[in-house]
Amino acid sequence: MVELTLPKNSRMTVGKTWPKPQGATNVRSFKIYRYDPDSGDNPRVDTYHVDMDTCGPMILDALIKIKNEIDPTLTFRRSCREGICGSCAMNIDGINTLACIYGLDEVKGDVKIYPLPHMPVIKDLIPDLTHFYAQHASIMPWLETKTNTPEKEWRQSIEDRAKLDGLYECVMCACCSTSCPSYWWNGDRYLGPAALLHAYRWLIDSRDEATGERLDGLQDPFKLYRCHTIMNCAKTCPKELNPAKAIAEIKKMMVERTL
Amino acid sequence: MSYKTDMGRVIGLGSAKQGAEHWFGERLKAVAMIPLTLAFLCIVAPLIGESYETVVATFQNPLKAILVILFLLVTFKHLEEGLQVVIEDYVHGKGALLTLLIVTKLGCWAFGLAGIFAVAKIAFSG
Repeated sequence: MVELTLPKNSRMTVGKTWPKPQGATNVRSFKIYRYDPDSGDNPRVDTYHVDMDTCGPMILDALIKIKNEIDPTLTFRRSCREGICGSCAMNIDGINTLACIYGLDEVKGDVKIYPLPHMPVIKDLIPDLTHFYAQHASIMPWLETKTNTPEKEWRQSIEDRAKLDGLYECVMCACCSTSCPSYWWNGDRYLGPAALLHAYRWLIDSRDEATGERLDGLQDPFKLYRCHTIMNCAKTCPKELNPAKAIAEIKKMMVERTL
Repeated sequence: MSYKTDMGRVIGLGSAKQGAEHWFGERLKAVAMIPLTLAFLCIVAPLIGESYETVVATFQNPLKAILVILFLLVTFKHLEEGLQVVIEDYVHGKGALLTLLIVTKLGCWAFGLAGIFAVAKIAFSG
């Protein structure tokens, strides 16, 4: 059955409260999930105090400041710091989003930061996304063709190219899939909104010639039909994409080919 | 402990190659239930407090009997399909899953058929 409580070794404890920066007048509290697999201890929530007068405007700026100046053991992924790599996806103030493009001014009161929900945690804010990436790979995220490769490029009209807008921008940050209750309960078999959005991106690519095989692969009560249009994916997407709509379009294609 | 690859885990037993019919059928039935529920209410609500003879006469009207039977058929089939989805969502143990699916499916068929039989019995009693 669905687990409604956390397993014993995942229950959160109160962690360390780090000292406030001396002389600072504009201080903000950050409550951050910590988990060290080597210690064998349960996860805890540490409290940090950051001098906002010397901190950048984004959540990621504060995290980097904490790591640089307060606690170098705080672990998180980050890279591009402009919302294009998807590395710094985490749960901030109850919302899955990218720390680099989420402003500190968007959070009221203490800033609560947790890893993406319902995924195995490797350390602190780093979830294990291995299965998520394998699901993405399983939908064949590449152009499949049967016609001989043309001498130059595969041509695509402007209108057909426009169909990929709102899909190709996905950065695979996993915010959507990890916000989806269906993915929480059945993530082992349900592909989740991110992989399905990518599946649709290739299904409607005018150059692709494997549409039938792609639909065959998706036609499954669990791989596709666990989506119940909850819409958390669309609500949380930091790139403002709509995976729920892409999934609905796939479902329509499934019916279309039988009528 | 298993050394199965990540891709192997994702592929699992492969696609069941079904699901579209169930999904589309459930939605078709949901749409059909809008007029059928209204018809059912229009037929049955006025019977509250009416005499035995009036109730029997109502269900002996072929149009009304057929509408009520259709309502029962579509509603219980929709219920069966909907419950199946809920159970598949939340129950993960293979044994419990199978048992619950069998019990709910049999239950839906039993209650639905009992309703249809009741209406038919009155309809044909004249």
